[in-house]
Amino acid sequence: MVEHSVSAVMTPPGIAKCPTGIRGLDQITGGGLPRGRSTLVCGSAGSGKTLLAMEFVVRGVREFGEPGVFMAFEETQRELTDNVHSLGFDLADLVQQKLIAIDYVQVERSEIEETGEYDLEGLFLRLNYMIQQTGAKRVVLDSLEALFAALPNEAILRAELRRLFRWLKDQGVTAVITAEQGAQTLTRHGLEEYISDCVIFLDHRVTNQIATRRLRVVKYRGSAHGTSEYPTTIDERGLSVLPLSSLGLAYEVSDERVPSGAERLDTMLGGKGYFRGSSILVSGTAGAGKTSLAAAFVDAQCRRGERCLYLAFEESPHQILRNMRSVSYDLEPWVKAGLLHFHAVRSTLYGLEQHLVALHKLTDEFHPAAVVVDPVTNLLSMGVTDEVKAMLTRVIDHLKTLGVTALFTSLTSGGEATERTEVNISSLMDTWVLLRNLEASGERNRLLYVLKSRGMAHSNQVREFLLTSEGIQLTDAYVGPGEVLAGSARLQQMARDRAEVLTAQQRTARRQAEIAEQRRQVQSEVDALQARAAALTDELRLMADEEQWRYQATADTRAALESARQTDVNGEVKP
Amino acid sequence: MMGTQHGPVDDLPPTAASGEHWDLRLYVAGRTARAVAALDNLQRLCDERLAGRYSIEVIDLVQNPRLAVDDQILAIPTLVRKLPEPIKKIIGDLANEERLLVGLDLRPRRP
Repeated sequence: MVEHSVSAVMTPPGIAKCPTGIRGLDQITGGGLPRGRSTLVCGSAGSGKTLLAMEFVVRGVREFGEPGVFMAFEETQRELTDNVHSLGFDLADLVQQKLIAIDYVQVERSEIEETGEYDLEGLFLRLNYMIQQTGAKRVVLDSLEALFAALPNEAILRAELRRLFRWLKDQGVTAVITAEQGAQTLTRHGLEEYISDCVIFLDHRVTNQIATRRLRVVKYRGSAHGTSEYPTTIDERGLSVLPLSSLGLAYEVSDERVPSGAERLDTMLGGKGYFRGSSILVSGTAGAGKTSLAAAFVDAQCRRGERCLYLAFEESPHQILRNMRSVSYDLEPWVKAGLLHFHAVRSTLYGLEQHLVALHKLTDEFHPAAVVVDPVTNLLSMGVTDEVKAMLTRVIDHLKTLGVTALFTSLTSGGEATERTEVNISSLMDTWVLLRNLEASGERNRLLYVLKSRGMAHSNQVREFLLTSEGIQLTDAYVGPGEVLAGSARLQQMARDRAEVLTAQQRTARRQAEIAEQRRQVQSEVDALQARAAALTDELRLMADEEQWRYQATADTRAALESARQTDVNGEVKP
Repeated sequence: MMGTQHGPVDDLPPTAASGEHWDLRLYVAGRTARAVAALDNLQRLCDERLAGRYSIEVIDLVQNPRLAVDDQILAIPTLVRKLPEPIKKIIGDLANEERLLVGLDLRPRRP
């Protein structure tokens, strides 16, 4: 998709612009309608042509000090006044002050008999009269096509229209001409052939019973302009055009981190949490804890004194407040303190564009630091995938430009691959947290993974995600070979593990005791042998002593005998 | 002016035949050839059909543009039959007498 960046819409010198004051329209036209020329606004019935024209005139007076003339062919002054009253425009007062002149031109074919040649000088005189009266710089003709129905002579009418547009140019007024869309052409009566400076096409279509509005600048002579179809809404502030704001992916990024609200999740995200201004997708099946994670995020931001915008498409604010209180996230004080703003609507209430314009408007008014869209999937069911993705791109780009951290929850239908998101919006997201339900042994437990997180080291581990009365707790899930266990299965496994350890410990202790015992036995055997050795040693000594004694005794005896026998040996005589 | 003797008197509707007054206004923008032609055409017809009981007011919207707004005039010239009721509007230079008669209810519409 080629998107013109707003800032890239350049205006060559020479084309002066006349701002409309309509949100977004001046951006995509690079400053407004061509000044001093006529702009054709065409579209089907109810596409907002009259509103655009009326805003052009009223905002011209109120915001740019340029009086205007509104020539109506279909609605009376009274009807017009009533219609724009709800937008806060007091038309009667502006008419009173001669800042706006309204002329209701009543033309009824049945009342008019035509005979011979004529022209529409009366129309010119009336316009001129009103321009003189107010000093008008802006003129609206809504819608000239009524003339085709009223005046039978089309040749005269066409000649007069040609003269009219030339005349308007000569007057130097900026004109808006509205016309009904034709079957094959932009306008039913081919007005586009007279007005060639600027053509704006308003589209109003109903798909899946939901109305969507688009605006397209078909042509803008001498000026660059966005050529895409821009989503448009009509609300209590009038017409808004949502400019495509894909600023060439040139938004500033922040290194600042914001807490996720779950301490352990911060640790998984490089220890610090999400990047400020990043987009976060929390996807999961029903009941996986997406809203709780969103609430934790909101709570963490508000705790830091930052503003949060919560777009709830499924639950009422009260319901969210009540439910989140049960998991210790009491958001009500933040609402009261004005830090948290809930915007709860059924997504099917109005078209995708309107939601996005509402988001634009809320971010412009509330200046949140973070936005939660819960769930984004409800928006996705509302349009063709490509459209939705284009829209979401715009939202994300818009939020990124503002530096707003955005958290989107996404509901994955059961039975689908959990890593499949509805419109592959994951590619738009910086961080993707996946919540999974794990069903085993008769219970469901929640698991959390960080699937990706751009620009930071993040944990690849699965965590068990517990919603406790103290808030979100992440614990290590039991990861065994080929299986992940959570909940009571994890607890059982942990008990089993503990038992195994105990058994092993006991076995070791028993073995130790056995060995000690054996050792003791050996020792006692050693002791016994040593005792025997000692005994033998004693015996040996006794034997030796005895021998010595016996030898001595023998010697003594012999000596005594010899002495007694008076034996003369060697002449020695012993006494 | 031309005489009043010719013209199919028999198909005049009753209103024209009765004596009520015709109040006609011709809106023009300046004294253009077309305005003059329209006035001539109207005058002639009135003299023929409504002699003595009509009045024609010529309003120049260049002089008084406010009246174009008040009387819802777009085309120039425009002839308005104020009286008798109902109000009738005929646009053009009134060159086509047949259609003028129809427009003024002086002759029933052809089926």
